[in-house]
Amino acid sequence: MSDAKPIIEATHLDKFYGDFHALKDIDLTVHQGEKMVICGPSGSGKSTLIRCFNGLEWHNSGTLVIDGIEVHEQSKQMRGLRQEVGMVFQQFNLFPHLTVLENLMIGPMKVRRLTRGQAEETARKYLDRVHIPEQADKYPAALSGGQQQRVAIARSLCMETRIMLFDEPTSALDPEMINEVLDVMVELAHSGMTMVVVTHEMGFARKVADTMVFMEQGEIVEVSSPDRFFTSPSSERCRLFLNQILEY
Amino acid sequence: MDAPDLTGLKGQPLPQRPAFQRFLGSTAVSVAIYTAVMVVIVYSSYVGAKNMGYNWQWNRVPQFLYSFTDDGFQLGEIGYGLLATIQLSATAFALAVVLGLLVALLRLSGLVMGTAVSIGFLEFVRNIPLLVLLYLFYYVLGPIFGYDRYWASILTLAVFHSALISEIFRAGINAVDKGQWEAAKSIGMRSEQIYRYIILPQSIRFMLPPMTGEAVHLIKSSAIVSVIAVAELTTVGRNIISDTFMSFEIWFTVAIVYMAVTLILSVGVTYLEHRYTVDQ
Repeated sequence: MSDAKPIIEATHLDKFYGDFHALKDIDLTVHQGEKMVICGPSGSGKSTLIRCFNGLEWHNSGTLVIDGIEVHEQSKQMRGLRQEVGMVFQQFNLFPHLTVLENLMIGPMKVRRLTRGQAEETARKYLDRVHIPEQADKYPAALSGGQQQRVAIARSLCMETRIMLFDEPTSALDPEMINEVLDVMVELAHSGMTMVVVTHEMGFARKVADTMVFMEQGEIVEVSSPDRFFTSPSSERCRLFLNQILEY
Repeated sequence: MDAPDLTGLKGQPLPQRPAFQRFLGSTAVSVAIYTAVMVVIVYSSYVGAKNMGYNWQWNRVPQFLYSFTDDGFQLGEIGYGLLATIQLSATAFALAVVLGLLVALLRLSGLVMGTAVSIGFLEFVRNIPLLVLLYLFYYVLGPIFGYDRYWASILTLAVFHSALISEIFRAGINAVDKGQWEAAKSIGMRSEQIYRYIILPQSIRFMLPPMTGEAVHLIKSSAIVSVIAVAELTTVGRNIISDTFMSFEIWFTVAIVYMAVTLILSVGVTYLEHRYTVDQ
């Protein structure tokens, strides 16, 4: 990964909610095409961190450079950057009053200013990519959780983003639907997309991750390759955490 | 409610309500009680009016609603009064919705002055009687800004109801899940696009029932403009009575006309609600 261009660079990032120190001196670089998996106990700041990467939260100090442009709350750059940084949420957050196809078309039409015809072409292409072209005219409520999450992935893909952030994409799913979503994410990884994934699906991490990140209490405790991460993590806290989630 | 047929079921029957409660709760008994109460009310008012020596003249009422002349169907005075009320209420309601949305957005803007201005407006309007607000718009602001009694009425009703409508908008907008904002932001939409395409369409279903209540409320409060003699249903009713002295018949008729309009409105909106229902 060393020869690839850095696309997200966080330096000395700090974030507070009132007195609560949510992110502590975060240094992290994501390179173009890299697949990064972030894990850690709940409340460790991993969601907050990736929400900073597309401006749903703002850091209080430090620098965050995305695709060569420094972003902060006053920089007014974020909306343009959001078109480059897609996000998939734990709760899917599909628009319930629009059909699946309309969910996919609204971004390209209203933000990218594509015509209806172009937007529909894009939407159908990515609906194929997530293997549910037959659901195009249904409303989200008529779909299973796994299908809804795949639509949400397609909605981000339709914006032709260069980076995709996943915030616990399978945590709200019934067990039998987790695999269909992970399969789509693995395919996406193989297509060369830059991905930052917050997840506890360690099978997925083993399969696609280039870099594993372990966070605890707002700090990055460990950054290493999956091989090293799963066999001999350098920190005791990370080893304990892995033991807990890999026990069953 | 009919008791279900339990024969053939294997389980133990559950204990029933006591016989007296079942008797009181049955449909026949409740209809009988209702009818008896209504009969007492109608009969006593009939007897009371008779003792006053009131001369009922219902046969003179229809000409004020409509008539058939050589020119065909003609709307009567009350008919025109109703049209005026509808026009007045519709204009005022349209203005109230626009103003209400602006106040709600100002309140939700997060700007210190925006919040202060909208709360100030809300408290000002909510804590003055409608009648005083009307006098203010007609006798004070009317001469200053040079508008007539008709626009004074419309502005009064619009301002008064916009305060309540802004709260309906605020509640409706807040009722939409926060995740919808985040998802829309994450695909790069601007705030006004998010409101227009994502938030407002979803809040309509939260807002329709209270909004209908507000429209009904506005039609009813429009009667108050009769005190500055703006021609509408209530004013027309008063004028007819001063000519004919049929106060009982005309006030009953006017009341029924108001009721008919507001009931039709409610039924129409119930149909709309079904259309805007989205499953979550």
